[in-house]
Amino acid sequence: MTNALDGRVVVLAGGLSSERDVSIRSGRRVAEALRQEGINVDVLDVDAALMASLAADRPSCVVPLLHGAPGEDGAVRGVLDVLGLPYVGSLPVACRSSYDKPVASAAVAAAGLHVPASVVLAATTFRELGAAAVLEAVEASLGLPLVVKPTRGGSSLGVSVVRTSAELPAAMMAAFAYGDIAVVERFVAGTEVAVGVLEQDGVPVALPVVEIVPDGGFYDYGARYTAGATEFFVPARLPQDVLDAAAAAALTAHRALGLRHWSRADLIVDADGTPWFLEANVAPGMTETSTYPQAVAAAGLELGKVVAALVDDAVS
Amino acid sequence: MEPTQQQTTGTRLDPWVDAYAARTRGLTASQVRALFAVASRPEVVSLAGGMPFVSALPLDQIADMTARLLRERGPQALQYGSGQGDVTLREQILEVMDPVGVRAHPDDIVVTAGSQMALDLVVRVFCDPGDVVLVEAPTYVTALGVFSSYQCQVVHVPMDEQGMRPDALREAIARVRAEGRTPKLVYTIPSFHNPGGVTQGPERRAEVLDAARSNGLLLLEDDPYGLLGFDGSVPRAIRADEAEGVIYLGTFSKTIAAGLRVGWAVAPHGVREKLVLANETATLCPSNFAQLTISEYLATQPWFDQVKVFREVYRERRDALLESLDALMPPGTTWTVPAGGFYSWVTLPDGLDATAMLPRAVAALVAYVPGTGFYAGGAGGHNALRLSYCYPEPDRIREGVRRLAGVIESELEIVQTFGSPTTASSRPGPSTPTPDLA
Repeated sequence: MTNALDGRVVVLAGGLSSERDVSIRSGRRVAEALRQEGINVDVLDVDAALMASLAADRPSCVVPLLHGAPGEDGAVRGVLDVLGLPYVGSLPVACRSSYDKPVASAAVAAAGLHVPASVVLAATTFRELGAAAVLEAVEASLGLPLVVKPTRGGSSLGVSVVRTSAELPAAMMAAFAYGDIAVVERFVAGTEVAVGVLEQDGVPVALPVVEIVPDGGFYDYGARYTAGATEFFVPARLPQDVLDAAAAAALTAHRALGLRHWSRADLIVDADGTPWFLEANVAPGMTETSTYPQAVAAAGLELGKVVAALVDDAVS
Repeated sequence: MEPTQQQTTGTRLDPWVDAYAARTRGLTASQVRALFAVASRPEVVSLAGGMPFVSALPLDQIADMTARLLRERGPQALQYGSGQGDVTLREQILEVMDPVGVRAHPDDIVVTAGSQMALDLVVRVFCDPGDVVLVEAPTYVTALGVFSSYQCQVVHVPMDEQGMRPDALREAIARVRAEGRTPKLVYTIPSFHNPGGVTQGPERRAEVLDAARSNGLLLLEDDPYGLLGFDGSVPRAIRADEAEGVIYLGTFSKTIAAGLRVGWAVAPHGVREKLVLANETATLCPSNFAQLTISEYLATQPWFDQVKVFREVYRERRDALLESLDALMPPGTTWTVPAGGFYSWVTLPDGLDATAMLPRAVAALVAYVPGTGFYAGGAGGHNALRLSYCYPEPDRIREGVRRLAGVIESELEIVQTFGSPTTASSRPGPSTPTPDLA
């Protein structure tokens, strides 16, 4: 831990994405956890002052906790590479493929995971071909219910569950408010779980499986960030072999996507106990209501020590 | 599947989740608030929040004045004060209200932590859960928050270009009574309405007052912007012509400094006594330091000249907004032309939903407040939004409107592609309520 303690650690939080608020809360929490370990930490926003700040006082390590672009798409990490600054978390190329949901799904499917059947559609496609005909074909192919979401982004922003044909156009419009490309996928009914992956001495280990039971049935933005609006079970109320399968799925995703240090896989476990991969996160949420810190605690670990070890690894 | 882990109770990460009062049920994390977090970044032109342009104040003089105040009257400024407010300030408030025509005795005034606190106290004193408050459609977002926190029911009364429609007010009162509900207050912002941007003329004010009075209802007149008319004229307050049936709310937030949080209520004798007691219960007393700072400012600075400076600043910005809207808004977009205050209310072309459009706007680095925030339960204003011109410089306003026009064009394309949803509320989007500060 000597390297990490020697210099300043910079936690990057904020940014211009619609998840700015979430990122700031994640950043503050991790910074405080690191300070508890005696580490000198500054929390910096990604803005016009950042480069000068990093140049004026080079940190020993950076912990990017930016949610949404350009934090999770690898762009900022690419800049850190250029500056020769070590950082916690995945490298840019892995971030890029993880952040784009269809690309990530294809990669983990090739590694043997179950992914919901889906189709990726650009707003321009609807304009060129006519929305009604395309939606009709999509529904005929995938059936109802469906989940519609932007291909990029997190915190369920722009995500809708579609149970009737009439809801589909509005759901597409909601997704396109967050980006020009959307993914429509078959809804998988089952138990919603999040599985954190943490590398310990370079070996990825699955943290206890967190079961998510939102009051309204949908783990939307309000359910994610309102304390009390969602009930969590750690470990999830699933048979041991299913928990093992979920953990294995998260590890498979971590490896298949080439992720580093930490990640979180969001899965649905269906009635047969099969885990279905929804998405992977290279900068797992660390807010008071996020699942990753809950999993860390359930594993008997302390968040500050966990991050400090990753900082140490990044520096070395 | 049979679970091996028989954990029946999970964690909600808040041990008090079952202890909260019923009136807090609507207080949840909201996507709109999340998007507004981005609006605070300098890259974003925020036409959302109603922040006064306090940089126009003579800050050096205020610094000297405040230092002198603390040197000469520090022990008084830093001590508890009266629950009704400092008597000298209350006398000065009478002078401040002179332009709007309100005549009163200093004892009729209760000083509060901003007029927001006065609003809270009035509702606390008058409204039981289920009581009905009649408000304009749309109305001030944080008034809705107060009504909700006291579990009032809100009935919106339509407006026209002259503000609240008295015929609609009478109908609404009759309907509420016919339904067996209890109307308690009529809440109105007659001058330079937030968010509507419209102003009641003298006749309209008399009609609204008569509709309330003839129904035995108290009128709550909220007047934060009354001195900020761009042609220099000051609309005569409703309270100027009716002392017993009107509670008047005033504030220094727009004429001096919002950060000092000093406002007031002018109320009939019996009401005022209860407001003082409620004020003491809520805060013990309004901040003595803030009150004495305002009092000193009024006594030593040309405060009305400063109001004229603010008027000119806001008039220039209003003009920048209106010129840009004229030049850039797509056909089918309409907006109100405010003669004072901070806001214009924009109605979007048919089929557009301002709440659903907000993520696109924030991505384009411009922010506004969706219209649904100004309706109780978000039950109206889907195709409308509020633009504030009070804070950004004129060039930034022009840039913001340019960005907004592009956003509306893109949204129109999407609506043309998919067709307008059958009902506006059927379209998912960021949830309300919305904050008024962004």
